[in-house]
Amino acid sequence: MEDMLFYDRMQFAFTITFHYLFPQLTMGLSLMIVYFKWKFLRCKIEKYNNAAKFWMKIFALNFAMGVVTGIPMEFQFGTNWAKFSELTGGIIGQTLAMEGMFSFFLESSFLGLFLFGEKLLGHKLHFVTGFLVFLGSWASGYLIIATHSWMQYPVGYEVLENGKFILNNFGALFSNPWLLPSYLHNQAASLVTSSFVVAAIGAFYLLNNKHHEFGKLFVKTGVIFGLISSLLVAFPTGDLAAKNVAEHQPVTFAAMEGIFETEEGGSEIVLIGQPNILEKKLDNKIAVPNILSFLTYQDWSAEVKGLNEFDQENYPTNIPGLYYSYHIMVGLGTIFIGLMLLAVVQLIRKKLYKTKWILWSLMFMLPFPYIANTTGWYTAELGRQPWLVYNLLRTTEGASPTVSSGNTLFTLLGFIGLYLLLGMLFLLLAGKIINKGPQLNQEH
Amino acid sequence: MELFWYIVLMTMLAIYVILDGYDFGAGIIHLFFAKEEKDKKAITNAIGPFWDANEVWLIAAGGVLFFAFPTLYASSFSGFYLPLIMILWLLIFRATGLELRGQIHNNMWESIWDKAFGISSFLLALFFGIALGNVVRGVNLGNVINGESTHEAHYFFLPLWNPTFSPQTEQLGIIDWFTLLLGIIGVVALTIHGANWIIFKTSSKLNEKLKKVVFNLNIVLVVLVIISLLVWHVIEPKPFHNFINNPWFIIFPIICFTGLFGLFNVKRFKKHGKGFLFSSLFLFGGLTSTVASIFPKVLPSTNNINPDLTLYNVAADSYGLSVGVYWFVIAAILVVVYFTIQYRVFKGKMDNVGYGEH
Repeated sequence: MEDMLFYDRMQFAFTITFHYLFPQLTMGLSLMIVYFKWKFLRCKIEKYNNAAKFWMKIFALNFAMGVVTGIPMEFQFGTNWAKFSELTGGIIGQTLAMEGMFSFFLESSFLGLFLFGEKLLGHKLHFVTGFLVFLGSWASGYLIIATHSWMQYPVGYEVLENGKFILNNFGALFSNPWLLPSYLHNQAASLVTSSFVVAAIGAFYLLNNKHHEFGKLFVKTGVIFGLISSLLVAFPTGDLAAKNVAEHQPVTFAAMEGIFETEEGGSEIVLIGQPNILEKKLDNKIAVPNILSFLTYQDWSAEVKGLNEFDQENYPTNIPGLYYSYHIMVGLGTIFIGLMLLAVVQLIRKKLYKTKWILWSLMFMLPFPYIANTTGWYTAELGRQPWLVYNLLRTTEGASPTVSSGNTLFTLLGFIGLYLLLGMLFLLLAGKIINKGPQLNQEH
Repeated sequence: MELFWYIVLMTMLAIYVILDGYDFGAGIIHLFFAKEEKDKKAITNAIGPFWDANEVWLIAAGGVLFFAFPTLYASSFSGFYLPLIMILWLLIFRATGLELRGQIHNNMWESIWDKAFGISSFLLALFFGIALGNVVRGVNLGNVINGESTHEAHYFFLPLWNPTFSPQTEQLGIIDWFTLLLGIIGVVALTIHGANWIIFKTSSKLNEKLKKVVFNLNIVLVVLVIISLLVWHVIEPKPFHNFINNPWFIIFPIICFTGLFGLFNVKRFKKHGKGFLFSSLFLFGGLTSTVASIFPKVLPSTNNINPDLTLYNVAADSYGLSVGVYWFVIAAILVVVYFTIQYRVFKGKMDNVGYGEH
């Protein structure tokens, strides 16, 4: 039984982690492509259209990866989490079915037109198809996070005697207080990824002395979008999301902040330190007094409950994993703001394209927004443990009763092999597109 | 309300089979009949802009199944665990085959992805046929061993096959001779369907040859369908009693046979879309006749201990189902609009789309 749950969780974690490497780029990038195309329509400078075309190639590749790795996500609710699906399908099935009907059809119908239809449609309609693809991908994110929010903070439901959850208020799924902060936080973070990718490729071109015009355009667009989105991730969206956790999941909040004991007169904010679960403390801790109380409650001496106040059986199952995920996310987010701020200052001083160390930093920063997004999701998901539906349904009660651990391990290994292959192909092809670079002439 | 969603679900599945079915068929044609680069290009051009949107019907149907019939979704997805995960892998190979082939111009690269696309299309057609066979044959609900359920009444698990390949034993497998027969029917029917799509959407030199292929395969298909009807009593002693009790159900087999026999005129069709129309009728009629034959069951039980799953005992509660109608109707109207736009822009022959060229 233990093994079975372990492999079920590993398979979901592995496939969703790999999957989300792609949508986090495409959601943000679709907005930036729409921006390039809009800029072209307004000022008719060919450079912007070519930039849009170049990023569409990267987008198409990422989108295809997102689609093929996304279908297994929907299937796995049934294949590996049958009991969870049976009990809550009447509720989370609503939002997941809506995702299919409202956003996948929109995205997939217009993606074909967007990628192959520029000549057939003309620039204005082509812009519209791009906008619709953007709309579809953001709607998809919205409905997924509506589903996620219900699992974090269940609303509009009733539990029957046989344990089934039934919906009694459809509107509540969308007015869930968990939804809006999480959604905006996630979308801003997705824009961080795309901004850093655009800036990194631009920096790569500038440092390599090729595609100079595009290098400048990408770096400029990347750092402007990057600064705005990095700031939005932290405030107000990240702040609101954290306050939701503090209010509705205080035990999770204590674990992710590394607060083992409630502190009199206000809690410190932990910057560094490794959780030592056995001794219930942090090793070699560096912390700043009272900041956490202030950030959470705008009161320097407000009480933040420590883990000691909660029942051990409701502790998140992986406290160190949760703590590190959260701290890596916050640490990287802070670095992103700092770097983008410096870059924008240099941009305003018209020195950015010559400031080599910033260009190098932008280029090497490319993997880090992916790490920040992933650890952000780990914070949310590990933070919800040991529950599937917070406080109502435990993860141990959700797995498929008839699928043996041998079969799950078999498919997990299959997914690992297949996704390694996909990952290599992706890098090969993305590298090829980036190396070839944007084309100056209209016909490529 | 359950009945409404049942009809919605079956309609979506039928649309999926008709739309992605021609993609699978095109893949099989690509594997066996397209020798020259020009022919291969014609085939991928004919499906390139569509396959992704077609696949969405599967995802959307899966979503509707999850939301309207959560118990059936949970029971069947966990019970058919292995074939479903393999279908996912095949869908990944099919997609990468199509999307990656044109990215690098190199013979070895192209032939690898040609094969990936062709073979996975073939296996998907086979697997979907087998899947339909499993649904009508039924499963050992509750995993009954020696007269005792070993799981909750609506759960089960099937290995890929059992040593006897028989559909009549207590411990069933996914693949037995009956489900395999339906799998082969699936491959033949979708090959015909894919060929008709290529004839419809391209002016490739292959088309004349494909018309002969359609004609010959249609003879094979008629033979296979007759065999399947003759052996159907093995899995259901009274296979036609639903059609006797509900006479209007007979419309489904009529549609099916109209498609089947209409296709023999393939060489005489003036309009290129006609063949495609008839193979669509066959697929629609065949699928609906099959599910109508077990209606209102959605997954029969092969033991006497646990009851069949019917559309009534697997559905979500009534509030959820009713509220779903509102958003579904809006979404369905939008989908019709999208598809109209998409097919109007890419109407007619597709030879010059330049799919996969970079």
